[in-house]
Formats: sequence, structure tokens, C-alpha cells
Amino acid sequence: MIRFKVNGKEQTFDGDPDMPLLWYLRDVAGLTGTKFGCGMSLCGACTVHQNGQAIRSCGTSMKEISGTDITTIEGIAPMHPVQKAWMEIKVPQCGYCQTGQIMQAIALLKDNKHPNDQEIDTAMSGNLCRCGTYQRIRAAIHQAAKELA
Amino acid sequence: MNIIENVSRRGFLQGVVVSGVFVLSARFVPEPLWAAEGEAAAAGIEPSLWMSIASDGTVTIVAHRSEMGCGSRTALPLVVADELDADWSKVKIDQAIGDPKYGEQDTDGSHSVRSFFDQMRYVGAAGRAMLISAAAAQWNVSPKECTTEPHFVVHRASGRKLGYGELAAAAGKLPVPKKEDLQLKPKSEWRHIGKESNALFDLPDMVTGKAVFGMDATMPGMVYASIEHPPVLGQKIKSCDDKAALKVPGVQKTVTIDTVTPPHLFKPLGGVAVIGDNTWATFKGRKALKIEWDSSPHSSYNSAEFRKTLETTSRQPGKVVRNVGDVDAAFAKGGKIIEAEYYTPHLAHVSMEPPVAVAEYRDGKVLAWAPTQNPQAVQETISGVLGIKKEDVTCHVTLLGGGFGRKSKPDQVAEAAVLSKQLGKPVKVVWTREDDIHFDYFHSVAAMYLKAAVGADGKPTAWLQRTVYPPIGSTFDAAAKYADDEMGLGWNNLPFDIPNHRAENGPADYHVRIGWFRSVANIYHAFAIHSFADELAHAAKKDPVQYLLDLIGPGRIVNLDLKGDEAEDAKSYPLDTARLRRVVEMAADKAGWGKRPMGKGRGMGIAAHRSFLTYVATVVEVEVDSKGQVHIPNVWTALDAGTVVSPDNIRNQFEGAAVFGTSLALFGEITATNGAINQSNFHNYQVTRMSRAPRHIEVHIVESDAPPAGVGEPGVPPFAPALYNAVFAATGKRVRELPLSRTKLV
Repeated sequence: MIRFKVNGKEQTFDGDPDMPLLWYLRDVAGLTGTKFGCGMSLCGACTVHQNGQAIRSCGTSMKEISGTDITTIEGIAPMHPVQKAWMEIKVPQCGYCQTGQIMQAIALLKDNKHPNDQEIDTAMSGNLCRCGTYQRIRAAIHQAAKELA
Repeated sequence: MNIIENVSRRGFLQGVVVSGVFVLSARFVPEPLWAAEGEAAAAGIEPSLWMSIASDGTVTIVAHRSEMGCGSRTALPLVVADELDADWSKVKIDQAIGDPKYGEQDTDGSHSVRSFFDQMRYVGAAGRAMLISAAAAQWNVSPKECTTEPHFVVHRASGRKLGYGELAAAAGKLPVPKKEDLQLKPKSEWRHIGKESNALFDLPDMVTGKAVFGMDATMPGMVYASIEHPPVLGQKIKSCDDKAALKVPGVQKTVTIDTVTPPHLFKPLGGVAVIGDNTWATFKGRKALKIEWDSSPHSSYNSAEFRKTLETTSRQPGKVVRNVGDVDAAFAKGGKIIEAEYYTPHLAHVSMEPPVAVAEYRDGKVLAWAPTQNPQAVQETISGVLGIKKEDVTCHVTLLGGGFGRKSKPDQVAEAAVLSKQLGKPVKVVWTREDDIHFDYFHSVAAMYLKAAVGADGKPTAWLQRTVYPPIGSTFDAAAKYADDEMGLGWNNLPFDIPNHRAENGPADYHVRIGWFRSVANIYHAFAIHSFADELAHAAKKDPVQYLLDLIGPGRIVNLDLKGDEAEDAKSYPLDTARLRRVVEMAADKAGWGKRPMGKGRGMGIAAHRSFLTYVATVVEVEVDSKGQVHIPNVWTALDAGTVVSPDNIRNQFEGAAVFGTSLALFGEITATNGAINQSNFHNYQVTRMSRAPRHIEVHIVESDAPPAGVGEPGVPPFAPALYNAVFAATGKRVRELPLSRTKLV
């Protein structure tokens, strides 16, 4: 039996311990804001927080989350300044990757209150957006940083 | 009326907020609205099909086009709301199911706004006229004395006003006005169309994780399926050992699907489906399958050899698709002759959401939820595959996690329906990224040959262009070798002022499924034409922007001698070189072309291409570092798309097109070995990440009253040639094939 928290609530899991957290969240817990994009930790669409750090849930097995706190996009109280900035700058096109982008950006701004462009690129380059909204993502992170300051 | 089989089931569809079941039906809104449908149809406007108003004032507008990130689900309802004079905060959008009564629903070809702008204006205007009439009757005044402000009819003389909700029931009983009796708002009175404040309707849901994509749709009692497809198109199963797969916890069984036969259409590819309790179990089960495959006629497909075949064909005369003057006579006169060959590989769409669908077969009918660009194609495909009536297939459309043309082809929805019929329960089919890349409907590989005779002034007196690639038509007719339907995509409409010009198309066989990909054949056509134009400019020792303007020549309407749909388009959208010149001048001006010192390893390039009836010019600035890595500090794009609905969204589309263009210019390449695709995921089929994306993209929209043109695709074609021309300016290296990663720059 694996014990852990999701969005502040205690949970247990006694299925396949190799199951990636992503599929637990989506198929078992019904938390579909976390997306499947590649299954190899290459695209970042499945980004969630483990003890406040951004991780790829498709590459993290259930046994690896034992005793930890998981936060998904559903656990972020709206409107977080990052979400607000995403709205104001009208970042999304299709929107599919954006929850992963937002989770990555929130984690970045926790560690680095005022990231410069270079630091944003480094932190965000694991998150793909096929629609190509990177310029707006960068602008939204700067704007959120200002509001959080 | 259009009622779903089992309406109550909608309630169980997890998180699917919009019903898709309406036709303004009284059963889903408190008050019935517009007049009898027959009457509405007679007026030719049918507002009842497109919108309803509830007594609380909620206006529900139907979006019949799919939302894959281009904004049409928001743009068309905005147009209705504008003419209706609705308060946008009181508007809800319902996504239409697939049904021919909405007209064409294939959200491709950048034509949602272009094809439905006028119709949606009349729908809104009819609603507004009926609300005014209802209020006027209540006040016993002439409708002419009444006007509207958002969500109210007002009678200024007496200071009275009534809300749309209060008037809905009475207005709904009135006859629908005739189109010719309706007055559309002048542009000066538009409240939504063309406004910077417009934002995607689904934006709040997108940033909070509530937005429902195909990947998120579920049905009660459903099982999951993951399918091991034949590695090579057309391969049949020789043997399959599923013992180990069935031992994987959560795996229920395996099901064989027959291998597809040509024409491939959108039919299931075939293979072995692993059925399980959750997605992960089916993925894991698949890895444990042991399948032996037969050979296929396509097992001989090798990209390197195929390239040579295409190139050989491109050196022979082909089918003439446009002829002006006499190029042969001009070439025979001698003088300076310049020839060049260009090559572009297959590409995969890789929308961030891989193909996925959920479907249930019950009592001879199918209910499906899918991220599809074309719900009517879902109906047709499932009807064909299962031998049931098209009307017995109900397709609901979720949001699409990207589409780019891939999701015009609903093969995965057909797979879900086929499996559901066999299993007797709803099935969710989830493709892995590897499935998505291996079994795409690929953007075609292409070879182009160009030849020009150049006069003393450096301008061409003759220009011959030949293109060869397996056509999209081969997906629908296995014998198709010529790309007749794709010549309008930048090949039979060269906008240059050259007295002798011939465009040709050579034959090619397909070996993988070929399909539409954002901006389609325009990608390789624009790459060849604008690389060649730049080569001629440098050969003539002219500035590339000035040379391009000279090639385009004076402002005029180009006579294209088109047929069919293209001829129809040309009536409302003639090819106007004055508009093309304007975007070239604007992009060059914004870029400071020729005015900034570039320094070593830096350069700018330009290309201008009209596609989907929109004029686009792009200037790309590159910096090539000491390792030969290309950086893109700046991109300037100018576009003339006629009348625009949501300018900020359009800028977003063109910013995205620069990133999409960067992907195909720098990295994009799909290759085959013995018929199987070599790439599998984002490590070996790279798309642009933030660190390699253009640093700064500026998009300038030409103010225009012309009819609306496309915005989703037209930003893509000029990008690669502009980038390559910039690389030439920076390094002196002329590269004639995509992607750039194949060439060492230092």
C-alpha cells in the first residue's frame, strides 16, 4: 500500500507500483488537468509538484511518490498570479500543454523571484508547446514575477 | 430536431460541459426561441440552428467548427454576438455535433471565418431585428424608432428599454426576417469584430485545467485500448503471442483488427489491441506482445533511395499546371541560365495531444467523443467501416490539443467504434507518442527543380518550376500520382511579373499515408520559390527586398486562369500584387532592412507568400555561432488577411507559425527504413523548445476592409525560406534542403 497526498488530501494506492503517477492521476483519481504528451519526460505536459518541486508525472512511478505531497493544477487555488498573467497575456492557443507550463512556471518563481530571460529559458525548455506560445509564456512569467514581488 | 440517442448519458460524461445537443431546443433552455424551423429555413438564415436566448438573458451560440488553437470556436460566435448586439459576458458557446445541417464542418484550410463570416453576421442581425420587433410591439411603436445597446432594446424617445431575456419568448414567435430586409452594422459600430480585447472563450478553463480535451473524455463502463499497429503500412499479422501481455495486471484481453487495404481513407490501420482497466495497463501489455508481421508492398520504402527517385522525376518534363508565354523559346535564346534543386522531407504533426477517442457501439448506433477537426468525417468513416447509416453515428467534438491537420483524419475514432462493437462496451483508444509519429498521415516528402533565364537587368525572362511528391490524393485513391488538388497551394499561382513561365507537376508513388499538414504543399513550394528568388537576387547583385519587389512587379490583378473552387475564390479574392507588395514593404520597414549593421555571422532574409488568400511577408534575422548553431534573435511578419475578428489571436497564430516554421526549418525530418518510420518521440523528432525559438517575434496586421482570409496556416510557408535566405546572408552558404540540421554550417 502506497500512502501519499494529492492536493492536500491523504490517498492510498495498492495497484501496480510501476504505474506512472500520470496515469494514476488521470485514470484513477480523475484529475485530468495533468496531460499526457510523450510518456518519456520529454515534453512537460504532465508536470506536477512533488513536495513543491516540478516533476514529470509520466516518468515518476507510484512507488516513488510514497510519503510525498503531490500538487496538480487542480490543487492550485485560482487565480494564482501565474494563471492571471496567462489570462492577461492571452498565452494559450490550443491550451493542452498550458497546465504543465503553468505548473513549471509556478515552481520556477518559487525558487527564483525574478528570473531573467536566460533563466526562464533554462527552466521552461523541458515544456513543449507545439502551437508555439513561448514568447507569451516568457512575458507572462515576467508579469507574474512582478505581481508576486 | 437533432436529439441524441440517450440524452441522460450526457450527464455522465466527465467534465464535458457543453452538450452539443441543442438546435435551440426548448428542452435545454427555459424558453423556446426562434420561430418554427421551417419558416427560418425559408428565410435562408435559420437563426434557430445557431443560437438561442433564455429568459434569463443567456445567449447560447453554436460553434460548429472545431477548436484546435486557432480560435474559430470563439471567432464565429463573436461575429454573431456583434450583430445581435449581445453582451459577451452573457454568451455561452455550445459545440455542435457532426451534422450536415451546419454545412461544412471540416476545420481545415484556414477557412472557418472566411466561409462563415457573412452567414454568422446575418444570423446575429436576424436575432437583433426580431428582438427589436418584439419590443416595438410591446411598446406600440415602430421598430424603426428602436435601437439596441448590448443586451437591451431601447426606445430613446421615451427612455424605455427591455432586456433580451425579457423579450426572448415574444421574439421567438415572430417570423424570421428575410436576408434582404436585414441591415448589417457598419464597421464603425462593431463592438467585438476586430477588437484587441477579444480572448478565447475557453481561456479560463485552459489555465485552470478544467478544459476538456479528447484525452479527458470518458464514458461510464468504458475500457481502455492501446493498439500495436503494423510497423509497415499494409503488413498483416503472421502470428501473435499474447500470453505475456494477458498476465500484465489490468490487462483484460487482446483483440485483432484487420489490416487496412487501399484506399486507406480514415480506416483503422489494423493490428492487435490490448484492452485493459486503465491506460497504463494497456501500454504495458502491448510491450509484452510478440507479433510477427508479413511483408508489405511498402517494405521496400527507404527515404534515401526515394529521394533519388523524386529528384530524377523532377528533371523530366511533367504535367503542365500553368503556362504563360513560352519558356522553351526563351531558354533557347541562351543568355544566363540559373538552375537549382530543392528537397524537403516528410514531417509529422505531433500535436501535443496524441490521437485519442472514446466511442460506444450499441444497437447498431455509435456515439463518439473525439478531438476531431471533422466530425462529419467521423460519421462517414464509422458508417463505412461498420456498415451502418451515417445518421446513426453521433460525434461530439471536444477541444483539440492541437490539430495541424492530423485531426482531420479520424482513424482512431473508427478504431474505438470497431473495438466497442466487438467488446460490447464503450472503448477509449489512446495513441502513444510513438504511435502518433510512426503512424501519422505524413506531410509529403518533395523534390523541386527550378530554372530561370536572366536578362541583362538581372530579372528573369523565363521561369520554369517543377514539383514532385506523393499526393494527398493517394490516401483516397491508391492510383493517384499527381497532386492535381494541391497545385493551388503555391504552385499554379506564382505572383511574379515574368513574361514566360511554366509550372509543372511530376508523378510520385506513396508508401506511407499522406495527409494535410498545417499550410500543406505551400511549405515546400514557398521554400523552393523563395530560395530561388533569393538566389537570383544575389546572382544579379541586387538587394533581396528590392529584387523581390521587382519580381512581383507593379500592383495588378494576376490572371491565373483557374477552374472550379479556385476560380470561385478568385472572384472575391483576386490575387492582388499591390497587397503583396505592401506586406513586403511593411515587413522590411519594421525590420529596419538594410539600415542596421549585421556584423559577422549575422544576416537577414525575406520571403513573401500568399496562402489561404492571406498575404504574408516575413523577415528573419539569424546569428550563426562559431559552432554553426543557428540562433534567431528576431522575426518580423506583416500580413494582410482582410477583415479580422480577433487581432491579438491572429498575432498569436503568426507568432506560433514562426515557432512551427523554426521546427521544420531546423529539425523536422521523418525518414523510413524498409517501410518503417525511424523516429519515435521528441528525442529523435525534435520540435522547437523555448531555448531555440525566435527570441522576439513581431507581427503587424494590415488594416483592411477586404473580406476575411485565413490566419491559422499562412504564417508558416514564408518562414523557412526567409530563415534560409538569412543563413545565406550570414554565412554565404546556400542550403537547398530541409531541415538545416542536415548541413554543417561551419
